[in-house]
Amino acid sequence: MLQSHLPLFLVLVVALGLGVFILVVSSLVGPKRPSAVKADAFECGNPPSGYARERFGVKFYLVAILFLVFDIEAVFIYPWAIVFSDSTRGAGTLSPLLVVVEMVVFVGILMIGLAYAWRKGALEWGPEHGKGLETTTAGH
Amino acid sequence: MFLLIATLLKFIFFGLVFAIGLAAVLTWMERRQSAYSQDRLGPTRAHFFKIGGKPFTLFGLLHIAADGASMFFKEPVTPKNADKFLFKIAPLIGWTTALVTLALIPFGPSLPSSVFPASWIPEGVETIYLQMAHVDSGILIVLAIGSLGVYGAAIGGWASNNRFALLGGLRATAQSVSYEVALGLTLVGILMAYGSTELGSIVESQNGLLFGFLPAWGLFIQPLGAVLFFIAATAETKRTPFDMPEGESEIIGYFLEYSSMQFGLFMLGEFLEIVVLGALFTTLFLGGWQFPHLIGTDSVSVFGLFTWNGPVAVAVSGTLVFCVKTFFVCSLQLQLRWTLPRFRYDQVMRLGWKTLLPLALINIFVTAGLIWWDPTLSILSYVSIGIILLFVLVVIAGPRRPPQVAHGH
Repeated sequence: MLQSHLPLFLVLVVALGLGVFILVVSSLVGPKRPSAVKADAFECGNPPSGYARERFGVKFYLVAILFLVFDIEAVFIYPWAIVFSDSTRGAGTLSPLLVVVEMVVFVGILMIGLAYAWRKGALEWGPEHGKGLETTTAGH
Repeated sequence: MFLLIATLLKFIFFGLVFAIGLAAVLTWMERRQSAYSQDRLGPTRAHFFKIGGKPFTLFGLLHIAADGASMFFKEPVTPKNADKFLFKIAPLIGWTTALVTLALIPFGPSLPSSVFPASWIPEGVETIYLQMAHVDSGILIVLAIGSLGVYGAAIGGWASNNRFALLGGLRATAQSVSYEVALGLTLVGILMAYGSTELGSIVESQNGLLFGFLPAWGLFIQPLGAVLFFIAATAETKRTPFDMPEGESEIIGYFLEYSSMQFGLFMLGEFLEIVVLGALFTTLFLGGWQFPHLIGTDSVSVFGLFTWNGPVAVAVSGTLVFCVKTFFVCSLQLQLRWTLPRFRYDQVMRLGWKTLLPLALINIFVTAGLIWWDPTLSILSYVSIGIILLFVLVVIAGPRRPPQVAHGH
């Protein structure tokens, strides 16, 4: 098992090494003329307005949580797809009916979750959750 | 030792020469097509010598080299409020994950080890895979490592300690993870149809013909999956129309504070991502290195005019076919740049969560039903061809928006 994964680690090391090499060469041959203005945060030429690490939209956090839920769903569906494929060809010990029903129940519950998030407005973006934006910009 | 040398050779061909080379050519193509669609000339200056008074620019191709060299000789600036360590490692993440993902993609048919001199091959190795890592759980590792790429944008945006960069990083992260879900679910249909997660055997399963002439590629078995995958892949690369995280006229992007080759790695990593997703699309939906009527099991024949026998012939032409298909998919993605305007962020999120995700789930259940009905996939392919024909019909003869009357102000 490790034998077949070995090339992956090898490629990882080579790719990372190549990237580091490029960065090191660039920092060696590039000029170094530091100045206070250069070291400031770039805000299109205006004096920087302070630290960036302030509060930001909680929506991003919600998206991350939804992602976790649905990506784990996807992780469960992959092995299921292979088991299902085997069962329809008579290769596995399970009947296709059982396999399909199990997945319908599992995804069904998650669909209720998606419907709940949808209903709650977790997927809405834009001013006032995106409502009315079209009508305000359409007029002249 | 054999494994080391073989992997390095494959990496040099597929990773360095093909993928990074194609990524560099894509930057050139992007400049040329931007120039054409804006009715200007594009890169015309970079040259070594003049012929007849005109600079010899090789259609602007020399500009790629000039770009690369100029990036090396710029000053790498680190802002004073930045997190120094994270700021330095962020550009490496996207670049590395893109190259590692390539390791799992088969770029050609496997060769019997007998075509090489016996002294090169150690005992027990029967097949040489034209794929750096032949791993059974291939596609799962592709998705797992591919998802890590988002850390590059997130960390880069956060470490810069710049409001625009942070916002770009957040947007990039939220958009990537949203489309990650849809991207992952569109693949389930392919997994069900071919019953394997190893990318090489998925390509092998796409041999043969449908109705006697159509190649049995994933595209003709999972047309909806292919379209959803292409849209989600475009969103993953953060290109127009999904370039909210780096809209140059709005917030510039998470790499705002980066300069010299630190920025260069971000840019190269992004173009590499286009190549990776193009190669993945080719592998899953366009039959990888397969090309029926042209490449047989042990011979290559161009309409009977020219034949070339043996496994080497199949391997060489298969690799060539794979590269051409990948190039085609990549240029299709580039074409979108000046074809579609940028979405608003709420539209991006709505498309991802409320359109692609439900459609991907529906696709899974319809595909499961059709495979259950007929495990030989013929009913699935009839339905799929029907969907494709319906789609073509709608595009050709469907309702059109009436032309907008230009009204002066």
